[in-house]
Amino acid sequence: MSIHLTRDLDGLHRSLLSMCAMVEEMVHKAVDGLAKPSEEFAGELARQDDEIDRCDVQIEEECLKILALHQPVAIDLRRISTVMKITGELERVADLGVHIAERASGLVPGTEIVVLDKFKEMARIALEMLHSAIDAYVALDSELARNVCTRDDIVDELNREIIQELVEAMQHSPDLVEASMHLFSASRHVERVADHATNIAEDVVYLVEGQIIRHRSIL
Amino acid sequence: MMTQLDKISERAHHRPRHETEKRVRDTNPMPFKIETQDLSFFYGPNQVLFDVSMAIQQQSVTALIGPSGCGKSTFLRTINRMNDIVEGTRHTGQVSLEGMDIYAPQVDVVALRKRVGMVFQKSNPFPKSNFENVAYGPRIAGTRNKKILAEIVERSLERAGLWDEVKDRLHEPSLALSGGQQQRLCIARALATDPDVLLMDEPASALDPASTAKIEDLIFELKQNYTIVIVTHNMQQAARISDRTAFFYEGHLIEMEKTTEIFTKPRERQTEDYITGRFG
Repeated sequence: MSIHLTRDLDGLHRSLLSMCAMVEEMVHKAVDGLAKPSEEFAGELARQDDEIDRCDVQIEEECLKILALHQPVAIDLRRISTVMKITGELERVADLGVHIAERASGLVPGTEIVVLDKFKEMARIALEMLHSAIDAYVALDSELARNVCTRDDIVDELNREIIQELVEAMQHSPDLVEASMHLFSASRHVERVADHATNIAEDVVYLVEGQIIRHRSIL
Repeated sequence: MMTQLDKISERAHHRPRHETEKRVRDTNPMPFKIETQDLSFFYGPNQVLFDVSMAIQQQSVTALIGPSGCGKSTFLRTINRMNDIVEGTRHTGQVSLEGMDIYAPQVDVVALRKRVGMVFQKSNPFPKSNFENVAYGPRIAGTRNKKILAEIVERSLERAGLWDEVKDRLHEPSLALSGGQQQRLCIARALATDPDVLLMDEPASALDPASTAKIEDLIFELKQNYTIVIVTHNMQQAARISDRTAFFYEGHLIEMEKTTEIFTKPRERQTEDYITGRFG
């Protein structure tokens, strides 16, 4: 393999890892913020999101350059296409982080919400899925990636339960409607984070095994 | 980076080599035009092909790739017995064209080469006119009628995508044509004897990108009517024009698969290392 391609692929790998770290940190902050809402918080995450958007564009440019200059095939082609897709997923996860932070800003401090523990549990699993999907990419571990995909159903189920409980809470206590609506949205955003983690994991399976498992019931 | 690749290879390349050929046979809907069975080939004491078994579909393009000296050109030349003219060569195993063993004693080699045409890396028109170059084969084969010869020449030049460029200069010397035109003239000359199979040994490697594109477009057109086997060192060319790709290494057929498979997820580590430029 040419030294140029090796160097470019190494550079791409480093850029993606740094983007992964930024996105993970940001989503963690966003979810933690739900427990201690503040106004400035959403603004801070929006600034981090801008940085992640720049990263997304820069990585895409690097990928397009490698495709044009080296016309990679086989594993090199799979790596470039996977990196392009993963950055897209990460960029959307970062957007969700901002949305979650906006919901957090809308929550009235001190409001008791009955479903918060279940929400924390769902957020914990979704963030673990994101972390594992990234680990699977770094370690090229398609087994771990498949394991991430199977956990998406747990998050979906928790999301349904949370929404049901929020609906019931709103029916019983109209004064909780506003806070519940914020949590309702936040819950759907977290559920979407898990979906993106699943997409990343599916991309990792393609990278490692060359098999597209998306839209298939058998993992 | 390399350790990561090693890991991928361990997982992606777990099926044994002998399954390749079996799978080609099992999943192939089209009849086979050419089949080789345990074909080995020797130049004197040197063995250059080792038990190559391959099935080639009719009306398709099969690309043979591999590093220099891997046996791909030798393999190509066994299909029309061009190796016969090299002294001290011998083979074992079988090569069949539509089920007929082409090395059987009763086979007329001249008739075989009429059915299996060949185009070489360097265009090699005879020092004659464009017309005479294309008419040469049919004339040797016994066609004397001028009208029929003229029809054959026109049809062959049209199929080779050269008619419009040379119809007004049919009787001018072929050596006055450009390199790309000369190569298409050689293709027309090969088509003039009405073959079933066209063997091409790096037909575009000496041409500029525009002429190369013309040859590639032509190959795509020709596969509607002919079975084409092409040796190429240009990976992108193999990826662009062929339906199936066979990778040779040190005289062994390592892997043969649909071209889209070979260039996205080859089964064998050696294939991957070669096409990604990690060796060879």
